[in-house]
Amino acid sequence: MSRPDFATLEVGQVLPAQTMIITRETLVRYAGASGDFNVIHWSARHAQAVGLPDVIAHGNLTMALGARYVTTWAGDPGALVEYGVRFTKPVVVPDTDAGAQVEIVGTIVELGDENKVRVDLTVTCDGQKVLTQARAWIQLP
Amino acid sequence: MPLDTGFVGRVYPATVPYGVCAAKIAEFADAIGDENPAYRDKSAAQALGYSDVIAPPTFANIVTLEAAYAVVHDPALGLDWTRVVHGDQRFVYERPLQAGDEITVVVTVESIRSMAGNDLIVLRGDVDTVKGERALTSYTMLVARSAEAEAESEVQP
Repeated sequence: MSRPDFATLEVGQVLPAQTMIITRETLVRYAGASGDFNVIHWSARHAQAVGLPDVIAHGNLTMALGARYVTTWAGDPGALVEYGVRFTKPVVVPDTDAGAQVEIVGTIVELGDENKVRVDLTVTCDGQKVLTQARAWIQLP
Repeated sequence: MPLDTGFVGRVYPATVPYGVCAAKIAEFADAIGDENPAYRDKSAAQALGYSDVIAPPTFANIVTLEAAYAVVHDPALGLDWTRVVHGDQRFVYERPLQAGDEITVVVTVESIRSMAGNDLIVLRGDVDTVKGERALTSYTMLVARSAEAEAESEVQP
């Protein structure tokens, strides 16, 4: 498994963007896997009753996709020493094959002591930021 | 009515131990579309220095969110849970969770403050193995929106 070489990293460096797809099937799977069966994540009727346009993704699922992005880059998932996000806007998931497209791009914003790297994530859906203050600290070898 | 800041520092009893297992880790990794072999293949995890398959970082949400709900539903705190949304989530990791771990969560009310009529409550969840080893700490900010703020946001474009 390839891992980034700390010595070659630079502040301001932008990591390759990735698009991740969330469909209704993803939501069903995530509900089962996480145990979060809130109705707004699978019933349009219930979601609309509380003022949402349609079913929305679990915020923690979007958070998980951010972690997937950054740990895929880091190689070892255990290299993630700190990870936090703010849930800013819901990801609306239409009942289509295309689903919702979540765009994730990471930027190296700080090179810390002992080969620690801070990567901030920009996470958008339909051009809107869905997570903000999404930042990860990674311990490289 | 603002929440009682006297709850700051309150510690809730440890949750019932949760057994992390390989099948649940694989199910979670599938659900988030993460193909990292360390989540499914013991030898791949061992190559990274772990003794068994490890869990994706946000697997911890399974136990920390459940533990937070217990606080949200505490009648003494008086939070109107129908108005509660998850504002922020942050994890500080000591090590990844892995198959075979038996973990508990102890939730402490870290802070309570009011902002624009909304109550913001931060819960710290200490996630430890039953052997007393710290795996991670979770910081969950919940926002209890005031009825007024909710009514206002409905008329905004």
